[in-house]
Amino acid sequence: MKRFFARVLNARQLDNFLPIVAALAAFVIGAGMLLLMGTNPLTAYRAMFSGAFGNQNALAETIVKAVPLLLIGLGICISFRAKVMNIGAEGQMIVGGLISVAFGLAVDWPGWLALPLGLLIGFLGGAAWGAIPGILKAYFNVNEILSTVMMNAIAVQLMNYLLGGPLMDPQQAQALGKLPETARLNEAYHLARLLPPTRLHAGVLIALALSFVVYVLLFHTTLGYRIRAVGFNPFASRYGGIRVPQQVVIALLLSGAFAGLAGAIQIYGLNYRMITDGSPTGFTGGAGFNGIVTALFGGLHPLGAIPASFFFGALLVGANAMQRVTQVPSSFVTVLNGMVVIFVVSAAIWKELRERQRRMAFATETSRLAELASVSETPPQG
Amino acid sequence: MSQSQATLPLRQKIEHLEMRGITKIFPGVVANDRVDFDVREGEVHALLGENGAGKSTLMKILYGLYEPNEGEIRINGQPVRIRSPKDAIALGIGMIHQHFMLVDTLTVAENIALGLPSSRRFITDLDVVARRTLELAETYGLHVDPEAYIWQLAVGQRQRVEILKALYRGADLFILDEPTAVLTPQEVDEFMGTMRQMTRERHSIIFITHKLHEVIATCDRVTVLRNGRRVASRPVDGCTKLDLARLMVGHDIVLPKITSAPKQGEVRLQLQEVHALSERGTLALRGVNLQVRAGEIVGVAGVSGNGQSELAEVITGLRRVTQGKIFVNGQETTGKPPADLLQLGMAYIPEERMRDGIISDFTVSENVILRNHNHAPYARRGFLLHRIIAEITDRLIRLFDIRTPSRLTPAGNLSGGNIQKVVLARELSRTPKVLIAAQPTRGVDIGAIEFIHKNLLDQREAGAAILLISEDLDEVLSLSDRVAVMYEGRIMDILDAKDAERGKIGLLMAGVRPE
Ligand SMILES: Nc1ncnc2c1ncn2[C@@H]1O[C@H](COP(=O)(O)OP(=O)(O)OP(=O)(O)O)[C@@H](O)[C@H]1O
Ligand SMILES: [Mg+2]
Repeated sequence: MKRFFARVLNARQLDNFLPIVAALAAFVIGAGMLLLMGTNPLTAYRAMFSGAFGNQNALAETIVKAVPLLLIGLGICISFRAKVMNIGAEGQMIVGGLISVAFGLAVDWPGWLALPLGLLIGFLGGAAWGAIPGILKAYFNVNEILSTVMMNAIAVQLMNYLLGGPLMDPQQAQALGKLPETARLNEAYHLARLLPPTRLHAGVLIALALSFVVYVLLFHTTLGYRIRAVGFNPFASRYGGIRVPQQVVIALLLSGAFAGLAGAIQIYGLNYRMITDGSPTGFTGGAGFNGIVTALFGGLHPLGAIPASFFFGALLVGANAMQRVTQVPSSFVTVLNGMVVIFVVSAAIWKELRERQRRMAFATETSRLAELASVSETPPQG
Repeated sequence: MSQSQATLPLRQKIEHLEMRGITKIFPGVVANDRVDFDVREGEVHALLGENGAGKSTLMKILYGLYEPNEGEIRINGQPVRIRSPKDAIALGIGMIHQHFMLVDTLTVAENIALGLPSSRRFITDLDVVARRTLELAETYGLHVDPEAYIWQLAVGQRQRVEILKALYRGADLFILDEPTAVLTPQEVDEFMGTMRQMTRERHSIIFITHKLHEVIATCDRVTVLRNGRRVASRPVDGCTKLDLARLMVGHDIVLPKITSAPKQGEVRLQLQEVHALSERGTLALRGVNLQVRAGEIVGVAGVSGNGQSELAEVITGLRRVTQGKIFVNGQETTGKPPADLLQLGMAYIPEERMRDGIISDFTVSENVILRNHNHAPYARRGFLLHRIIAEITDRLIRLFDIRTPSRLTPAGNLSGGNIQKVVLARELSRTPKVLIAAQPTRGVDIGAIEFIHKNLLDQREAGAAILLISEDLDEVLSLSDRVAVMYEGRIMDILDAKDAERGKIGLLMAGVRPE
């Protein structure tokens, strides 16, 4: 038995399925929890499944949810490959949304001009918001995890202020409830709906096309080469004539740009206005964090991000349905989601460690300790 | 569940260890092909073979890092299973990696105590460890201060710590994978003394090296691998270096020497009063003056740590010049980034190849283009031209005899010597104007050394200005037109090849200027 497991765990092919195994494990544990709560897990999961895929509308909703995840995931593929841990997609998405909606409300141009410009401006807004921590990391050695998280907080405050004041819908300003939302965008600026009456919009086509673009960028351009090189080995990159800090900035900037575009598409394609419930994830729905998981689930490969985003889109939509059918507390959905996230992320880390171990094959008992502390490395000769 | 031998509390001393019919297959390569190998108590057994012959793989199997596809291991006639280094250590096998696994920020004693299997309590008594370490150090002539921090130690001393660590764990059999590759000649002498002391204490040693004179000097028996197969196993007595070389490579080896007079061209590289700091912030270069002309090889000799590494880094733009000036092709390049120097036709074979020379997660192809990825012929308008890259890589793999399953294999999977060949292929194929070669033959087999030496001489013929930094004095003497000797961050003297005799260089290396 033990040998069998040892062999299975040693199989290299397994690594490619790790995310799926991780997701399954989360579902199995989730089933256990459902049983404890007195709910039949089969019923619950069936509700989840049909909620996500059961009919045309369900499927459309799943894809609609997947769009921002895919866009953000694409950006994360870029930055994580440069070993730049962008945790700031939430903030970048918010800023992209704010600036694009402000533009859309301010101008009175024909749709063919205003719509692409609005999306582009969202893209640029996210890029700028990403570039700031990029510059801080590259030239002032500020940890990007901390700075991007702080930039998230700033973006949330900015959003709450703008949506509750300067950008607030004048009608809401008059009303008693005063919802924090902007006015509706001009009809002409809306992204096309692909399958009325569902909410499936043309943003999905943009996201799919960009997956291919990012694939080409990472693997067929010199810029992608540099980004990957810097992520793997900054020393050798420098020796190879690559300006390492510059690539760090570019990686974070691009990563932010995709999140910004996700924000803009959410507005021009789905809601036609910017709206929040006052909570930090009120506008994004947590897409900035789920997008990271999406990218990891897809193996940090832009084409892998496509099925991954679909999976998480389904999970989010299905979870809502499950909640409606089985009356499991809404917090269970969050827990299930969280478990998938934790399992996927730890599987990704595990895979990375195993890969390194395999390559180096220095699996001595100290190596794990040495991994944690700084290792004294002399050039290997063998 | 069968109880493995490894977990038995009382174990026998290893009197005879056999590996029988070991086969190990990696995707695309048979690294070991039905290899038989054995070691007896108290002997030093050399394991020889070309780069990629399968030496490290065989030893990693013995240490439990790889599982063989076929074959068995016996200790004193009993079959054993070794599935992890833990099993190996429990059986009395210790391995000193080429890549030391010590924690920089801890002391010697703390490193030795780290992960000791016997520490039943949470707190290991460091004083006990330190005392016992001192005793061991005394017995084996491995002098280190148990209180010293690892970062304070030179490479040779770190290696002693690794050996002490294995001794402390009660190892009988030591696997030493190219231990001398990183040592200075003086350290090698001390190291050989240690090996002799260890065999006197009835330890067995498996010794991998590419330096044949070391085999002749210290080993009892030798086993030679070629392409994963065992081609010979015999006593060293009566073998000459030539015999061993022939067994390894299959033909005679003649290392080339400089014969033609230099075609003195214009000055390609010039350093004026160059100062620079070391990693630790001390002054590593204290006013270096040097000129290298087109068509000549200037060798740099010196005890390692006297500024040679910093010299190479300063010239190639990887280290900041704090004072002084550097000119390449007559243009001042002080403070210019590596990218600019590349454009001026500078090639660099870095000393720390795993850190600076390659990206081990990148494929062989991707590593070949590292220094030129943004330029013709590898790229056009920002797009990589994969077809051309593939063609050129395949050509270089053939030309430099890089043993790899394919150009798409991650470079980190190649054997050490073949990784070095990837670096060489990349740098030498650029037909450089200025070539800085730091330890270019470290860790490569003699067939490859012959090839590299020939190539350096060809580059010289073609008019490159070459700075050859090497700890191997023979290499420096046989290839250089002039020899610069470094001592404490300065160049003591520059001798013409005809005046450069060992004794004189030895004195200069020690900081003594002969009158
Ligand atoms: N982890 C690995 N994955 C795939 N191939 C490997 C791996 N390790 C070694 N190989 C291959 O196995 C062969 C033998 O490699 P090995 O490292 O044992 O050579 P070596 O004799 O130690 O050479 P060197 O003298 O250069 O150190 C090589 O062709 C190498 O590419
Ligand atoms: Mg080796």
